[in-house]
Amino acid sequence: MDPECSQLLPALCAVLADPRQPMADDTCLEKLLDWFKTITEAGSSLLLLQENPCLVELLCHMLKPQDLSSRVLSFSLRLTGVLAAQEDCFQYLQQGELLPKLFGEAGPLGGAAWTSPAVRSGWIQGLRSLAQHASALHFLAHCGAVDTIFSLQEDSSLFVASAAGQLLVHILGLSMQGPAGGPPSLQAGDWPACAQKIVGHIEESLRATATPQITQALNVLTTTFGHCHNPWTQVLWVQLSPLVAGLLEKDPIPAAHSLVDLLLSVARSPGLSSSSCGLWETLAQTLSHLSPTQAGPLALGILKLQDCPQALRAQAFAVLLQPLACVFKAMAQDPGPSGVPDGTVGGSMTAGVPLPSKAACVGLLCRSLAHLELLLPLPQRPCPWPQAPLLGAAVTLLQLCGGSARPACDMGRHLCTLLLGCVRVQRAALDFLGALSDGTGPRELVTQVFAVLLEYLRSPDSSPTVLKKAFQATFRWLLNSPKTPGCWDLDPHALLFLRDLLPVLQKRLCSPCWEVRDSSLEFLTQMTRHWGGQAGFRHALLASEVPKLTEQLLRDPESYVRASAVTAMGQLSSQGLCVPPAGPEHQGGQQKSLLVELLHILSTDSEGFPRRAVMQVFTQWLRDSHADVAGDTEQFVAGVLQVASQDLDWEVRAQGLELALVFLEQTLGQPRSHCPHAVTPPVEAPVGPLAQALQPLCRVRLFDFAFRALFDCDRPVAQKSCDLLLFLRAQTASSSSLQESRSSPDVASVEAALQRWQAGDQAQPLGDLEPEVVLAVVRSLDLEGLRGALAESSDHVEKSPQSLLQDMLATVGVLGENEADCY
Amino acid sequence: MKLYCLSGHPTLPCNVLKFKSTTIMLDCGLDMTSTLNFLPLPLVQSPRLSNLPGWSLKDGNAFLDKELKECSGHVFVDSVPEFCLPETELIDLSTVDVILISNYHCMMALPYITEHTGFSGTVYATEPTVQIGRLLMEELVNFIERVPKAQSASLWKNKDIQREGLCLIQPIYRERRPCHVLWSCVENQIIQCSGSQSMIPRPAPGASLGSLLEMQILRPTSNLNRKLWVWHPAIHLLAYPPAEFSLVFQPMDQASLKNSDVLILTGLTQIPTANPDGMVGEFCSNLALTVRNGGNVLVPCYPSGVIYDLLECLYQYIDSAGLSNIPFYFISPVANSSLEFSQIFAEWLCHNKQTKVYLPEPPFPHAELIQTNKLKHYPSLHGDFSSDFRQPCVVFTGHPSLRFGDVVHFMELWGKSSLNTVIFTEPDFSYLEALAPYQPLAMKCIYCPIDTRLNFIQVSKLLKEVQPLHVVCPEQYTQPPPAQSHRMDLMIDCQPPAMSYRRAEVLALPFKRRYEKIEIMPELADALVPMEIKPGISLATVSAVLHTKDNKHILQPPPRPAQPTGGKKRKRAAEDIPDCKVLKPLLSGSIPVEQFVQTLEKHGFSDIKVEDTAKGHIVLLQEAETLIQIEEDSTHIICDNDEMLRVRLRDLVLKFLQKF
Repeated sequence: MDPECSQLLPALCAVLADPRQPMADDTCLEKLLDWFKTITEAGSSLLLLQENPCLVELLCHMLKPQDLSSRVLSFSLRLTGVLAAQEDCFQYLQQGELLPKLFGEAGPLGGAAWTSPAVRSGWIQGLRSLAQHASALHFLAHCGAVDTIFSLQEDSSLFVASAAGQLLVHILGLSMQGPAGGPPSLQAGDWPACAQKIVGHIEESLRATATPQITQALNVLTTTFGHCHNPWTQVLWVQLSPLVAGLLEKDPIPAAHSLVDLLLSVARSPGLSSSSCGLWETLAQTLSHLSPTQAGPLALGILKLQDCPQALRAQAFAVLLQPLACVFKAMAQDPGPSGVPDGTVGGSMTAGVPLPSKAACVGLLCRSLAHLELLLPLPQRPCPWPQAPLLGAAVTLLQLCGGSARPACDMGRHLCTLLLGCVRVQRAALDFLGALSDGTGPRELVTQVFAVLLEYLRSPDSSPTVLKKAFQATFRWLLNSPKTPGCWDLDPHALLFLRDLLPVLQKRLCSPCWEVRDSSLEFLTQMTRHWGGQAGFRHALLASEVPKLTEQLLRDPESYVRASAVTAMGQLSSQGLCVPPAGPEHQGGQQKSLLVELLHILSTDSEGFPRRAVMQVFTQWLRDSHADVAGDTEQFVAGVLQVASQDLDWEVRAQGLELALVFLEQTLGQPRSHCPHAVTPPVEAPVGPLAQALQPLCRVRLFDFAFRALFDCDRPVAQKSCDLLLFLRAQTASSSSLQESRSSPDVASVEAALQRWQAGDQAQPLGDLEPEVVLAVVRSLDLEGLRGALAESSDHVEKSPQSLLQDMLATVGVLGENEADCY
Repeated sequence: MKLYCLSGHPTLPCNVLKFKSTTIMLDCGLDMTSTLNFLPLPLVQSPRLSNLPGWSLKDGNAFLDKELKECSGHVFVDSVPEFCLPETELIDLSTVDVILISNYHCMMALPYITEHTGFSGTVYATEPTVQIGRLLMEELVNFIERVPKAQSASLWKNKDIQREGLCLIQPIYRERRPCHVLWSCVENQIIQCSGSQSMIPRPAPGASLGSLLEMQILRPTSNLNRKLWVWHPAIHLLAYPPAEFSLVFQPMDQASLKNSDVLILTGLTQIPTANPDGMVGEFCSNLALTVRNGGNVLVPCYPSGVIYDLLECLYQYIDSAGLSNIPFYFISPVANSSLEFSQIFAEWLCHNKQTKVYLPEPPFPHAELIQTNKLKHYPSLHGDFSSDFRQPCVVFTGHPSLRFGDVVHFMELWGKSSLNTVIFTEPDFSYLEALAPYQPLAMKCIYCPIDTRLNFIQVSKLLKEVQPLHVVCPEQYTQPPPAQSHRMDLMIDCQPPAMSYRRAEVLALPFKRRYEKIEIMPELADALVPMEIKPGISLATVSAVLHTKDNKHILQPPPRPAQPTGGKKRKRAAEDIPDCKVLKPLLSGSIPVEQFVQTLEKHGFSDIKVEDTAKGHIVLLQEAETLIQIEEDSTHIICDNDEMLRVRLRDLVLKFLQKF
C-alpha cells in the first residue's frame, strides 16, 4: 500500500465505524473491497493488518452493540474473510477471538442485523473467502457454521440462498482435499466428517417431498460436478444416483429443470466414466419420463456430448424432432413413411392426441426449432441428418402460420387454428429454414421453400421482423442454390424466382413501415454485392424499378432508411447498376449526380447514420477505384475530407481517417499488410523522391485533418489518427533525404500550433504544409506515447485507490457539512 | 319471440323482431351486388360500351341482343341498375312499430319500406348515421339520375325465358327504381336518438321505445356511426351488435351485453383473411409505387367511411414517401359535406380524437390536407376539376361497384395504360366482377379490402366475454368461407351452436316469458289491510289501476270518479278511467263438512245426506229438495226458486269462511 493511502485509511475506518456518517453509495465499498483483494493477493495480509491497525480496530468495532449500517457490517464480514484467507492472518485474527465473534453465534448471526439480506450475504461471502485452508475447516466445524449454511439455502433472498449453495460446494471440495493435501479416500465412509455431513444433508434433501429442498440439493450437486472433477466425485455420484433416479418415479417429476442441469453436468464431467456408473441408463430413463417441454434441453445436451451411446443419441434426437413429427403427421395427406422419426417417446405429444393450449404448443415448437438450429452446425450432429423431412416440416409450419396450408384431418385443422398468424413460430421457423439452406434438398422441396418464402415476402400481414427474417432466409437459400458448374450466376430456377421477387421488393421499398423499407434495402445490398456482376441478375434488376426506387429512398424521412439507401446505392453504383440500360449517353451524368447527392447528404444530413454510410461508401469506392472517383481522386478526397473533418459525429471523422489511410496507401503504393482482402488498386509506385509522393497528400489537406484528429476529444478518432501517422512514419523511415528540415522555422511553428491544439485551442489553422515539414513533425511527435495514453481507459486517472479513498471521505464530509447547515 | 329474416346478406341485414305486441325492424340494408350484372353508366357516351356486341343464344337466336350485351365472355344487362330489396311479403311491414338503424350502410333500403308498405312507425338512428346515410343516398341518386337511361330492359326477366335457361342472369330483384330512394321519404320519420350538438364525450344515451323496450346505444364504432343496440325487453336482455372495430372510434362497452338471452350477430368482416392494418400498408405501398413510376391511382370508394382512414394514413405517409407534390382528388356530389361532417362528430370518436377537439384541432387530419392544397374535392368531373386536373394523381371517387358515378369515366380514361393502378379498398363488391365490363384492361388492379368490422377472433373473444345463452347469425357465419373450407377459425363456434338464418326465413327465438315485476305506489300500499291466512302468509285485496309504460308496471290508486274531461279529441287507452264497481269481500278458508252438517241440523234441517265426490262433497237436503255442492274453490247452493232458503244456507256457509 502506498503511503498516501496508508495516511487516508485511518480516517476512512473511523468514518465507516461511525453510524452517524452513513455511506451513501455502496459501490464505493465494493471498490474498496476489490482494492483490498488486490493488496492481499499481492502480499501478506498479516503485514497489512500490522501496518494498519486501524483495520483491526474497525473489525473490533463491529462487535460492539450499536446501530451500524448493514452495508458496513456486510463489508466488514467480507473484508475479514478476505484477510483470513491467508492462514497466518487467520491465526492472528483467531487469537483476538475476532473470527468466532464475527461469524459465530455471538456475532450478527444472533442479532437484529441478521434480518438484513446484505448482512447474511456478507457473512456467506466472508466465509467463502476465508475457507481456503484446513484451519478454516476446523473453525467452521467448531462454530457450527455448516448448519447455518444449510438453513440459509432456504433463505428468502435468492442471492443469499444461491450463495449458500455455492459455499456448501466450496466447503465440500475443500474438505475432500484432505488434511495434508493428500488424495482423499475413495470410500465414502472414510470421508472427513464435514464432507459426510454435507453429503448426508444432500441425501436427506433428495428424499424430501418439498420441491424447493430437492432443487437446492440438485443445484449443489450440479455445481459440484461442474467445478470439481476429482475421482471422489464419481464415488459421490454412485452413492447418490439411486436417489436421483428415484425422483423420476414421482409424478410430476419435481425440479425437472434442475434435474436436467445436474444430469448434463454429470455427463460432461471428465472426472466420471459415464459408462461405469449407469449414467446413460439414467439419462435414457429421464428422457422418457420428462414432458416434451422439459426433455428438450436434456436432449440437446445429450446430442452435444462427445462420447455417447448411439441408442441414447437416437432417443434424444427423437425427442427434439417430436413436435415437428407431430406437425408432419397432422398435415400429411398420406400418413406413409415421412422420414421424420415418429414420436415414440414422451407420451403426450404423439400424433392423434389433441395438442395442448396455444401457448404450450407455440412454446414447444419454438424451442424445438431453436434446439435443432443450434445442433445444425455442430460436428456431432446426428448422422444421417434428416434434411428433407426437416425442410418439409419447416415449410409446413410456415404454411400453417401463414394460412396457406390445407390440412386434411381435424388435428391439422386444430393446429392451423393454433398457429395462424403466430409471429413467434414464424420467426423461429424462418430462422431454422435459413439455417437449413446449408444442406441440400430434393428439387420439389426447394421449389416449395422458395414458394413459401415468396408467400411471406408478399403477404401484407407479415410483420416487419418476420419479413426481415424472410429476407435473410431468402438470401441464404439463393446463396446456396445449386450452381451451374463454372458459372457464378444464379441458376435458372433462382432467376425465375428473382423475376417474382423483384416486384415484391419494389412494393416493399414503398412500404409505409420504415423497418420494412430498411430490411428491403439491406436485402438488395446483399444481393447486389453477390450477384451484381452476373448477367442474369443485372438484366432482371435493370428491367425493374428497383434502382430508381432505391435512389428515391436517399431522401427518406427515416435516417436508418437513408443510411441503408446510401449503402445500397453505393453498391449498385459500384456494379454499374444505377443507370437504366436505355440511355448510355447519360451514364456519366447519372453517376456524377449520385456522387453529388452523397456529398450533399454528408454535408447536410442531420442524422449520423446516413453520413456514416456515405463515408463507408466513399471509402469503398476509393478502394475499388470506382470510375467516378478515379477520374479526379484528389479532388474527391479533398472534398470528402474537408466535410468529414468538421462532422460532429466521431464515427464519421474516424471513417474519414480510414478513407485518408486508403488514399495514403494508394499514394505510397504500399497497402497495409493487415488488410489481406483489400483489392490492390493499380496505383503507380512513387517514382520520384518522397517529397513528390507526399505532395498529393498535402494538396488534399490530409495532414491538416490527421493532426487535428490527433487531439480529437473522442479517443477512437485520435487512435485512428495515431495509427495513420505511425503508418506514414514507418513507410518513410527508410528515406533519410528529408532529415535536414528538422530545424526549419516552419516545423517550429507547426509544432507550436499542435501544442496549442493539444491544449484545446484548435482555432489556429496550420496553413499549407510542405511534405518536408510534415515528415519532420511526424518524426518529432511522440506517437507511441500518445498511443499508449490513448489505450488506457478513460478513467485510469480516477481509478486509483487513493482517489477512491478521497472520494469516500469527501462524500462523508459533504454529508457532514449538510448536517451542520441544518442547525 | 319471432325473428323474420328479410335479407340474406350477412352485412346488409334486415331482420324483424316480434315480441309481445311490438314489432321492431333491425337495420334495413340494400343489397347492391346485383348491379354488377348491369353495364356501367358512363358520364359521357362511351363508344366502347355502346359498341359491345349483343348477346345471342347458341343457336343464333338474338332476340335478347338489345337488352343483353357481351364483354370478354361476360353478359351484362344494358339497363338502369336494379337492386335486391329486403323481402316485403314475409310480414306485413305496416305493422312495424320501430326501425333501428345501426349504421349508414344498413339503411339504404329504408325508402322502400317507408314509402311503399304503409309503414307508420318511427326510425331510430344516431346523428352521424342519419347524416352520413343521407349523403350516401344523395350520392347514389345523383349518380344514377344524372345519366338517365332511355332503355329499361325487362324482357330478360320474362319467366319463360328464365325457365328455359335462356338467360344467364338470374333476376332476384324486386324493385328497379333506385331513383326513388329519396331522402325526403325517410327524413320525417327518423329520430336522431342521440342528437347532441355538444362536443362533450357522452355516455351511451338511452332511449325509450314504447312500453316494451328500453334500448341503449352502446358504442358508436367505426366509420363514424357504427353502433350497438342493446335493449331489455321486459326482464330479458337481447343484444344486437352489428359492430365494427377501428382505431379511431370509441371502444365498445361490452358490459351491457353480458348474460344476454339472445345475441344477434350480423355485419362481421366480409374478408376475414385480410387484416386491415396489413391492407392499409399494402394500399400505401402500391399507391406510392404507381405514382413514383408516373402512373395515376384510382380508388373506387364510398364518400364516407374507409376514406377517412385512408386519408389519415396517407397524411402520415405522403411526406415520407416523397409524394408531397402529388395531388389527391376526392370527387363526389357529397364530398364537401362528407369531409365536413366527419369533423363535427367528435363525441363518437376515440379518446385521442376527442382530445384533439379541445386543443382545438380537427379530429381528422384531412382538414390539413385540404388547407395545404394536397387534397382537393369536387362535386363532379365538370367545372373546376377539369381546369385543376393534373397527372400523375390519386383520385378517390365512387361508386365502388364501378357501375355508375365518376369512377366509370376514370376507368375508361386510365384503363388502357399499364402505368395506372386501380386499388379496391371497399370489400362490398367482388373486384373481379366489378372489372368485368372493362376488359381487356391494361391498368394494374390491386385488391386491398379494408374491412374494419369485427373478425372471427374478436367475435370469439366477445362471445367468451359476454356468454349469451343463444346466438343468432346469418348462415354464412356457421361454416368456413367456401374458398377456405379448411379454416375452421373463420366461423362462429359457440355452445350451443349458433342458430342460423337465411333470406325469407322465420326463426322462433328460444325466449321464455317469466314473471314480471310490478311496483305498488306507497299511498296504495298504505291503504292495504293484510290478513294472515296461514302463519307467514297474509293477504290483502288491492283495487288499483295498472299503469304500464316504458317497460315498467306500476299499480296506482284508483282515481276518484271525476267529471268527464271532454274537449280532448283523442284519448289514449291508458288514460281512460276504468269503471270502479262496488267490491264484494273475498272469502277464504274451507268448510268442515261434519261441523257444517251439525250446524244445519241445529238450524232445523233434517234428513241430511252427504256424498263424497271427486272434488269435494255434496250435501243433500232431501226434505228441502236442495243440494249444496262443496268443492275446493267453489260452493254452489242449488235450490228451487226459494231465495229465502238460499240466503239462509249461504249465511250458514259463510259462517265457516273468513272474509276480507
